[in-house]
This record gives sequence, C-alpha cells and structure tokens, in this order.
Amino acid sequence: MIQVHDIRKSFGAQQVLKGITTEFTPGQCNMVIGKSGAGKTVFMNCLVGLVVPDQGKIELNERNIVPMNQKEKSVLRKEMGMLFQKNALFDSMTVEENVRFPLDMFTAMTIAEKQERVNFCLQRVNLPSASHKFPSELSGGMMKRVALARAMVLNPKYLFCDEPNSGLDPQTAIVIDELIQEITREYQITTVINTHDMNSVIGIGDKIIYFYEGEKNWEGSNKEILHTDNERLNDFIFASEFLKEIRKLNYK
Amino acid sequence: MIFIGTLEGFGKYVSMIGSLFAKPEKFSMYWRETMRQMYDIGVGSFWIIAIVGTFIGAVTAVQFSNKLLTFGFIPMWWMGSMTRDSMILELAPTISALLLAGKVGSNIATELGTMRITEQIDAMDIMGVNTRAFLLGPKILGGLMIVPSLIIMAMLLGTIGGAIAGELGGYYSWEEYKYGLQDDFQPKYVRLMFIKSIVFPFLITSIACFKGFYVKGGALQLGKASTDAVVYSSIAVVVANFVIAFLFL
Repeated sequence: MIQVHDIRKSFGAQQVLKGITTEFTPGQCNMVIGKSGAGKTVFMNCLVGLVVPDQGKIELNERNIVPMNQKEKSVLRKEMGMLFQKNALFDSMTVEENVRFPLDMFTAMTIAEKQERVNFCLQRVNLPSASHKFPSELSGGMMKRVALARAMVLNPKYLFCDEPNSGLDPQTAIVIDELIQEITREYQITTVINTHDMNSVIGIGDKIIYFYEGEKNWEGSNKEILHTDNERLNDFIFASEFLKEIRKLNYK
Repeated sequence: MIFIGTLEGFGKYVSMIGSLFAKPEKFSMYWRETMRQMYDIGVGSFWIIAIVGTFIGAVTAVQFSNKLLTFGFIPMWWMGSMTRDSMILELAPTISALLLAGKVGSNIATELGTMRITEQIDAMDIMGVNTRAFLLGPKILGGLMIVPSLIIMAMLLGTIGGAIAGELGGYYSWEEYKYGLQDDFQPKYVRLMFIKSIVFPFLITSIACFKGFYVKGGALQLGKASTDAVVYSSIAVVVANFVIAFLFL
C-alpha cells in the first residue's frame, strides 16, 4: 500500500505538484495519466525517492520515504522494481547478467539458485531464449520484457512503470500490459504506471488518476473513465478526431 | 559568478570523493568491478604507453646526444644518466599521465555519462545500489592499482629506447650507456616518480568520474563532458606535477 498525503513540489518559481493526495493498493494496476508537463514524472520520481517533495508524506506500508536519508532509502528501494521509459538496461551486460545483477548485489544466493531465479523470471516474461544476447541485439518489446524481468527478480512489493509502452507497436504494448497486470495480481504488487497510452488505461487501469497542471483532477477506474463528464479528461482521452467520432457513435 | 560556480563544483567533487568511502553492499561485486577496471585501464593502455615510452626515451637520447656532440667536452656515457633521470623524474610519469588523461579519462566520462543519460544510473539507484561508491570507487581504485605499473613500464622501456637509439645512431656504446645508468643514482627520484604515479591516476580517474557522473542533457553535453574530463585532468596533472616537484625535490 502506498499512501500519498498532500505532496507539493516546485522547481524555482514553477509549482509542479500542487498538493496530491491519493493511495495505491496492492494487486492493482494504478495508472497516472495526464498531458506532458502535468507533473506525472515528478510524481513518480517522488514515489521512488529520486525527488524529495517540498511538503507532504509518501508512505510505503506506513514508512514515510520523504524524510529518509540515502541509506534508509537504499534499504527501502530493495523492495521496489522500476520499469523505465528507455528501459535502462545495462548495455555492457547480457540479458542474463542484467536480470541477475540485483541478485548478485543484494543476495547471498548460490550461483545455482541465482540461475534458477533468472531462468524463472525470463520464462515468466516469455523470453527464455535471449539470455546471452546484449540489449543492443533486442527489439523494443524484448527490452521491455528484460527490464520487467529485472524489476521483478527480487520479488518487489512495489513496481513503478514509467511509460512502459513508449515506442512499442499496439500489439506488443498489449502483451506488455497484460504481463504487468498478471505479475501485479499474481504477486500482489502495488503497481504504479505513468502512461499516455489510452489502450493501456482502458485495458488494465484498475485505478486511474488524471493529473492536470500539477493537480489531481480526476480519480476512478477504467470502467468509469469512458463515462465521465469531466470535460478536461474527455478532451485528453478523446484527443483525436477518430476517437471523438467513436465516442459519438457510442453515445448514439 | 564563475568563482561561485567553480567553488560549487569543487564542493561537489569533494563530496563525491567522500561518498566513495561507504560500506560496499557486497564486497565481491566491488572487487570484481575493480578487477575489470584494472584490466580495461591496464591492458587497454599497455601498447600505447609502451610505444610512446620507448620512443620518448629514444628521442630524448638522440636530441641530447646531438647537443652533447656540439659541446665536445662532456663524455657520452653521461647520456645514460641523463635519459634515466629524465624518464624517472618527468617523462614516464607525466607523458604517460597525459596520454591516460586522453584515453582513460574520456573513456570513463563517456561511459558514465551514457549511463546517466540512458537512466542506467537511475535504475541502479532505484535498486538501492550506492551508485557513487559502486560506479566510481572501482574506477578510481583500479586506476590507482594499475597505473603505477604502466608508468614503471614506460620508464624502463624509455631507458631501453635510449640505449637502442644511441647504438643505432652511433652516439655511444651500450657499455658507455650502462656506465651512465649506474652513475649518481638518486633513490629520491624514484620516490618522486611513485608519488606522481599515485597522484596522477587519482586526478585523472576522479575528474573523469566527476564529469561523467553528473552529466545532464544529451549527446552534446556528453561530448562536452568527455572533452572537459580530458582538459581538466590534463591541467590537474601538470599543476600537480609542479607542486610535487616543488615540495619533494
């Protein structure tokens, strides 16, 4: 469970987060949506402790990350997995080494145990045959899967995904979404996803938060989002003429 | 404004050095990384240091021999002692360090800068890795452990290069050169070379780490960081060279 209480963050004179309060429950895909510049990335960076808010509390199972020092954050971060927009795979390591890195760094497992865990994670993301390839030899979808395998290798309690479908074709994006949803439910992870991809939002968004100019403008589920009367949100979701037409047809 | 910026940068550099002395999450990972860095720096720079060291010794011998011939009254065996002292005191440590500033410095800055702009460092941060200690510590330690041996190698090859050049040019015989090598040997010069061979790699690797680790932006800034790493570490080397000579000679 992640509880966020009234977090505010400014960079110089620009207030990027204007008092966000919400909570994210385990086993759910919590989506954060909003236009570019709405504060989603800063919000995500606050959740993982990369950015310290000026005000407010962020409690991960009742442990407030905001006042923590680097050492305390390091301990907490061992419970986190993160999927980056650009994957952030270590390009000097093979797929297997990338996934094994957190195990090498933080566990006292034997080589055989680590190998078993790596194989399991790669199998879980349907990528058992690429273990000796380097990230530069993989497609965008494969890189996402490796990043996801690495994020889940230490059995995280929290999974943060920043634009997980960025740069993927619609079919691969759905596969990645389904994988994130399955893993979230199977291991009861508290998953927070920053996205612009409306297919993802409708497909797996158990809880959706819409950010508008640094404020939480709307909160609901994927079942509610298509029927909201929030004009700003509707403008955001049905941004293209094509989607506007579909909406009109549905209303008819 | 420039003064404040410089002071701020220096403070950040000192803080970075301080953060290296953290307890490793896992000693074996840090050791493995240090070994990798030693291999990259040592093996990767072996040939260039060997070739440049040999030729620097040879050219020093040839140029000074020509000068001595014009004087006529200085014995040619003196070239052995002259080449030896030049290599020990100045040429081996300083020329090697300047070469390494270009090769290793830009390499480290580019590697770390690329990791920074592709979010690889953020990924390690999120995992709970002490990125400054894990990424920078082994590079600096690896440099400190392997560069002294490269400098010793440059010194030895330079001295041998001087002997070969003298023989080939007909300036002096190997016996004369050997006599010169054994004449008036000053152990303190070797101590000075060792001080330089510790201080120079520390400056090169730490400045390159600093420039690469704190890169912000994209390809343009990455290129600038790499260039800055070479420029600043070269300047630091020549300044430190003077200070060491001033203090310890």
